[in-house]
Amino acid sequence: MTSLFAQWNYFLVIILMMLGFYAVIARGNMVKKMVGLNIFQTSVFMLYISMGKVSNGTAPILTGDSSTVYSNPLPHVLILTAIVVGVATTAVGYALIIRIQESFGTIEDDEIIELMDDADAASEGPAS
Amino acid sequence: MMQHLPILQVIVPLLAAPLIALLRGREIAWLATFIVTGVTFVISLLLYHQVSESGARLVYEIGGWAAPLGIVYVIDAASALVLPIVTGIGFVVTLAARHLVTAEIDQRDHPLFFTAWVLTIAGMLGQVTTGDAFNIFVFLEISSLSAYALVAMGAGRDRRALPAAFNYLILGTVGATFYVIGLGLLYMLTGTLNLDDLAVRLADIEQTRAAYMAMAFIALGLFLKMALFPLHFWLVPAYSYAPSAVSALMAATATKVSVYVLVRLMFGVFGIGFVGISDGLGTVLLTLGIIGAFVGTLAAIVETDLKKLFAQSSIAQLGYMAIGIGIMTPAGLAAAFIHLFNHALMKGTLFLAIGVIGAQTGRATMRSIEGAGRQIPMTMTAILFGGLALIGVPLTAGFISKLYLIRALLESDLWILAGLTFVSSALALAYVWKIVEAAWLKPRPEGAPDLHETAIMWLPAWLLVIATIGFGIFASPLINGAVQAAAIFFGGQS
Amino acid sequence: MLHSETLIYALLGLPLMASLGVLVLRKWPNLRDGQAVVIGLLTAACAIEFFARGADGTSLTLLAMTPSLSISFTPEPLGLLFALVAGCLWPLATLYTIGYLRGAHEDNQTRFMFFYAIAIHAAMAIALSGNLLTLFVFYEILTFSTYPLVTHKGTEDARKAGRVYLGILVASSVVFLLFGVIGVWVIAGTLDFTAGGILAGKIDPIYVPFLLGLFAFGIGKAALMPLHRWLPAAMVAPTPVSALLHAVAVVKAGVFTVLKVAIYIFGLDFLSSTGASEWLIIVASFSILAASIVALRKTNLKARLAYSTVSQLGYIVLGAALASPLAASGAALHIATHAAGKITLFFCAGAIYVAHHLSDIKDMDGLGRRMPLTYGAFALAALSIIGVPPLGGAWSKFMLMGGALDGQHMLVLVVLMVSSLLNLVYLGEIILRGFFAPAKAGSVAEGGYAEAPWACVAPLCITALISILLFFSVDFFILNFSG
Repeated sequence: MTSLFAQWNYFLVIILMMLGFYAVIARGNMVKKMVGLNIFQTSVFMLYISMGKVSNGTAPILTGDSSTVYSNPLPHVLILTAIVVGVATTAVGYALIIRIQESFGTIEDDEIIELMDDADAASEGPAS
Repeated sequence: MMQHLPILQVIVPLLAAPLIALLRGREIAWLATFIVTGVTFVISLLLYHQVSESGARLVYEIGGWAAPLGIVYVIDAASALVLPIVTGIGFVVTLAARHLVTAEIDQRDHPLFFTAWVLTIAGMLGQVTTGDAFNIFVFLEISSLSAYALVAMGAGRDRRALPAAFNYLILGTVGATFYVIGLGLLYMLTGTLNLDDLAVRLADIEQTRAAYMAMAFIALGLFLKMALFPLHFWLVPAYSYAPSAVSALMAATATKVSVYVLVRLMFGVFGIGFVGISDGLGTVLLTLGIIGAFVGTLAAIVETDLKKLFAQSSIAQLGYMAIGIGIMTPAGLAAAFIHLFNHALMKGTLFLAIGVIGAQTGRATMRSIEGAGRQIPMTMTAILFGGLALIGVPLTAGFISKLYLIRALLESDLWILAGLTFVSSALALAYVWKIVEAAWLKPRPEGAPDLHETAIMWLPAWLLVIATIGFGIFASPLINGAVQAAAIFFGGQS
Repeated sequence: MLHSETLIYALLGLPLMASLGVLVLRKWPNLRDGQAVVIGLLTAACAIEFFARGADGTSLTLLAMTPSLSISFTPEPLGLLFALVAGCLWPLATLYTIGYLRGAHEDNQTRFMFFYAIAIHAAMAIALSGNLLTLFVFYEILTFSTYPLVTHKGTEDARKAGRVYLGILVASSVVFLLFGVIGVWVIAGTLDFTAGGILAGKIDPIYVPFLLGLFAFGIGKAALMPLHRWLPAAMVAPTPVSALLHAVAVVKAGVFTVLKVAIYIFGLDFLSSTGASEWLIIVASFSILAASIVALRKTNLKARLAYSTVSQLGYIVLGAALASPLAASGAALHIATHAAGKITLFFCAGAIYVAHHLSDIKDMDGLGRRMPLTYGAFALAALSIIGVPPLGGAWSKFMLMGGALDGQHMLVLVVLMVSSLLNLVYLGEIILRGFFAPAKAGSVAEGGYAEAPWACVAPLCITALISILLFFSVDFFILNFSG
């Protein structure tokens, strides 16, 4: 019998996911976008980790006792990889933000778009 | 040796990347990259030869662990077709990178540039070869992360490359994460990640809402990665502000690999029998494809910056591939594969030739190519040929693409869509003509800098021009390859 | 004895040789132009020999992309007729071009001669093409090779005209014609020109009119209204280009393609049994009459002749649309008779321009007395176009009328008669003014005998005589498409 609250972990995942996604879309500040992206990714990690959990299961260590119930280790391992990827993405993202701050003097989306449009207009001018 | 080719295809560039990072001096870094891409090209040709010769699919079990426990690499008719185009373009673009990168990238950064370069190629090859769904995600991120870095390196000439790379990163990561969500749902349903195993088990389970959601998330994530309209906004800035060599590499290969992965997942895993595929996905792809074809073409017509112009045209061309897939017949899928292959050649040609101009003038705009037809005839002629192929003029590869796409549409009685597809592709004439007019019919403006070209500059683009014409004239091998590739997704071999 | 294959190579290769010769000998104008005339005569000889011998089913495949797509050449009677027209008029046009360019002191003569020869090469390839794909490729080459000729003067006007020219021709062919070609390929599985057509039984008759429409409007070179704008626009070009456009290659390639598609792709029986071409009869009739009326209102000589061409091309499209063997034979013959007539008219217009720099009909009162040869040739050619015996045009018009009677199209008969009357009015005016109107005071028409250079006059006399020849030896030119 699956009542709504028996799968509370999914609700948690969905709420986190939407929070993160909202931040990515709605925030103009690039650092906040990155934070949102991290929350978004983390929610997916939670989805995987919670699905691998078996009720009353232990950590998946072979004890030789065939009656031991243990959680599925595969999703956890996958998420280890995904975390590594996530960290790398975050690092690249922040590196880019630093470079943007250095060359544009701002990390607000709309201000940068303005600066870019100006540059576009300039390049329409006579060929240098 | 020969039986290890599937893994060598990926592992050679993957291991070479950190070694290149250790090299000092730009010539040696380029040379190492050139050799590595050459080797991968040869490997992919050997693989294609093996597969087309025997007709069998090669399965390589990593570490000797059989599927579904271990990870396998699979080369079948489809992946054998996509590998040579990725490695071939990679090889030719690397050849051109020698002067393009020298002109555009700070010398100290060359080893790092080429490291990212080789990594992104390795990531793409991994996505094509692997038989494991999660492995696809990992390779997707390998190629994407290095691509973000490559795009950002355009900042040396134009700081706008930085925000372009950042937006690319955000949307790329969102796309990849969608893919992982869908994969998680699939894993919950089936308990496996091996592509073949997934297909078998999905056929046994009921078509539940969870399965639909999995499909939708995976498709959405890949739509983002392949820049299908309306999820294409990251592509134009990313391609146009990236260094010229990077634009050429990415425009010709990156989105194509995502198209391939989409086909692999949708047809190879869910299968044409899955209701959400035959009804839902087909309609979505046809609709978005044709809208994208018009939006991209019209945007290209009003664009004055050549890189942006051809990036917009890529949106349209990806629309045609989406249409081919969306027809949901073997003929349609074959047309999509043919176009995937041919479009890589055309766009590679165009971006390499534009690179020659961009390396000299900073940005290649309609103004900067005025009267250029006399100063750099070989380069501009390469652009002309690429443009003619985009229009689909006979004797170019584009004609074969168009022919088979229209035929697939007509055979499925999609008359109106065939007409629309045809009109939108003919509209490409407008932007190609704009370039011809600027380059040949207008005089060079007073005070405009003189452009020059040497054989080493135009040769790479011309290699692809020759390929474009060659595959337009001797089209049978490609057509047969594409038909075989499409057949395996329609109850052929697997 | 030459092999048919050799003749195919000769017809395709000689014009290319001439164009290369022009490039190689560009430093020596006399040699450059001389070799073009000599090669032109050789080409004409080959074309005559080939036409007299007839097609023997020889086929030549240059490139094969896939089993059903190839670049190949298969001569058949209609194609040989077109090759004959283009081949025979080319040396004359070349001779005239030399006289005109030198007389008018045009720049860039080498470029001009080069693209002229390339255009002839494309026309020959169209004539001999063995399938629709080959035809399409060379149709486009013909468009692009004539573009530099149309814009030869390099003025803003010329460039604007060139844009209209290229825009209409390329857009119509890439949008409609190519779609039609692909459609035929999908439906029939082949693109080969086959006697009796390749579509019968493979397509639902409901779709045939649409497919025919793709060809009728895709072949912009046939100048069917409303796609005729490029032809008057191209009038800014030097007169030899007009001759090339109107008589030798371009529009003839257009109507030839229409005829060839009707006969060898659709099949006349298939068209008449499905009634798919009924609408085209109406459109072509409208084109014939409307263009004649526009021609009446033009006072610029070349513009009037241009609209006359639009109207005459309507006859040939009409012949295809009537879908009876007799009408198709008449249309094919009309390609030859109109070519001979129209090239003469344009040569005359050019001769008048070279000798006296006149282009408006109103200024030409009494000019016929100063240029009797030119005006005599003009009168002969005009009568041929109108369809008066003993000139070639009489036969083709007569056969078209017979074809209309066959198909019980009485209205078409009326259209043909009315248009003949209109021809008489707008062409007759020029002749009457030339010979009988008193010269206006102070105009160039006063004075004694003053013809253009001999290189201009000789060709126009020859082509005028050809019109007479066409009447008496018409048996030689009539093709049989029945069965």
